[in-house]
Amino acid sequence: MQNGQSLQREILTLIEKNAKLTAKEIAVYLGAEESAVSAEIAALEKARVICGYGTLINWELTDDESLTALIEVKVTPARGKGFSSIAERIYSFDEVKSVYLMSGGYDLAVIIEGKSLKDISMFVSDKLSPLESVLSTATHFVLKKYKDHGVVFGGREQGDERMIVSP
Amino acid sequence: MRELIAQTVRDMPPSGIRRFFDVASEMKDVVSLGVGEPDFVTPWHIREEAIFSLENRRTMYTSNAGLMELREEIGRYMSRKYALEYSPKEQVLVTVGASEGIDVAMRALIDPGDEVLVVEPCFVSYRACVLMAGGVPVSVPTSARNDFRVTASDIAPRITPRTKAIILGYPNNPTGAVLERGDLESLAALLRGHDIAVISDEIYSELTYGENAHVSIASLPGMYEKTIVLNGFSKAFAMTGWRLGFACGPEEIIAAMTKIHQYVLMCAPTTAQYGGLEALRSGDAGVQAMRAEYDTRRRFMLDEFGKMGIDCFEAKGAFYLFPSIARFGLSAEDFCTKLLYEKRLAVVPGTAFGQCGEGHVRCSYAYSIDSIKQALSRLREFIGEL
Repeated sequence: MQNGQSLQREILTLIEKNAKLTAKEIAVYLGAEESAVSAEIAALEKARVICGYGTLINWELTDDESLTALIEVKVTPARGKGFSSIAERIYSFDEVKSVYLMSGGYDLAVIIEGKSLKDISMFVSDKLSPLESVLSTATHFVLKKYKDHGVVFGGREQGDERMIVSP
Repeated sequence: MRELIAQTVRDMPPSGIRRFFDVASEMKDVVSLGVGEPDFVTPWHIREEAIFSLENRRTMYTSNAGLMELREEIGRYMSRKYALEYSPKEQVLVTVGASEGIDVAMRALIDPGDEVLVVEPCFVSYRACVLMAGGVPVSVPTSARNDFRVTASDIAPRITPRTKAIILGYPNNPTGAVLERGDLESLAALLRGHDIAVISDEIYSELTYGENAHVSIASLPGMYEKTIVLNGFSKAFAMTGWRLGFACGPEEIIAAMTKIHQYVLMCAPTTAQYGGLEALRSGDAGVQAMRAEYDTRRRFMLDEFGKMGIDCFEAKGAFYLFPSIARFGLSAEDFCTKLLYEKRLAVVPGTAFGQCGEGHVRCSYAYSIDSIKQALSRLREFIGEL
């Protein structure tokens, strides 16, 4: 592989952008053996480097009415466990999509999806705030997603503006 | 009425690409593998820097040879990429695309009747620029037999006392061929013995695939003194529309080129120069990402040609493949015309780049994989019906 990049890295770069690629296609793109690609992917899945395969959906274009919020959470870390145990209590809720430990003004960034404003308020007031180690929360609702996972949502359709033939 | 147009211009055939473009652009639903420019838009950090220069009122001429800062950056770039040391003040000229570099280099070197060896197939402007400078282009054909690499024995018999220069374009448009160190060494061994300038158009130097990075002929012993390296921002940084390139070479030749450049163009566009500065300073990651993407497409297209039974050598540079269509019994021109009319697919006949391109067509892979798939399915249908 050129530039010292390992096959592993090249596979990850490709499928991070397009999870639908088959091992056969990846093998052609990278000039590798199909069996080697399949083996690499299996190993990456087993090692949990590849944690799953999802689809990036712009729900705004469907009639789905869901809502996303980012909640800043300040917590007291638990002795011997740091932030992990409280993070686990929070991420175990199905409606919680992401939990990150942050530097700066608060500890955990919690991204949550709900059906409605009420849904999310209920989660914060009934489930999140009452947790013993949660000191405070600040809930920010997402008004519009412009770009997610490197993909621009609802951008202008960009056709090929080049001349059809050029030297 | 008296003929007003100069004889040289009247005699000059229009670019074969142009003719093809005129037909294709009149048609609907044309799918194309015909372009010679990246499908990527210029990375945002470069565009943003150019916009910032406008906000900062950088709207005046720069010095003739280009912004000093940019020339210094070009000097550093040539050093870190190709181990070539050029003095920014005396040996670097910022041009309006590498295209201007070709023209100005020819005009700086050629006296009427001087011969210039043109290694073909090649970019369409080389011959025309020789002719416009009053020179005589002498074709040096290459062929698929050598994967379109020019050899010393292709060149040697064509050298005469009138030979002033040779122009090489590697990585090559239209074939995708590259010259590796060994190839260049044998050329250098020949050229060292002659008083011939080498014009090395290295516009695709960032786009090579496989183990070996591009080597500039100027970096070989005895070649630095006689080589003009032409390069630019169009292909590496996806900046075709900015019209920005540069020439590096011996002080005396660059001074002569700068003299012509100052009368004709004054300087390269200022906004573009600020963009170029940013490209050289922080554009490497973007170049690498684009190169990886081209490489993917290159492999895909080669694989598809293989499955279709189309002969194609494994080109390792630029973003073109140059498959052979000889077995279909049509000339390159006829093949492309028929393909365009019957399947609305535009590829460029090899003959647009010199007679030795006969039997080949140029297919560009500066397209998304999906576009390439669509184009190749039309090609497959077409050859199935031939």
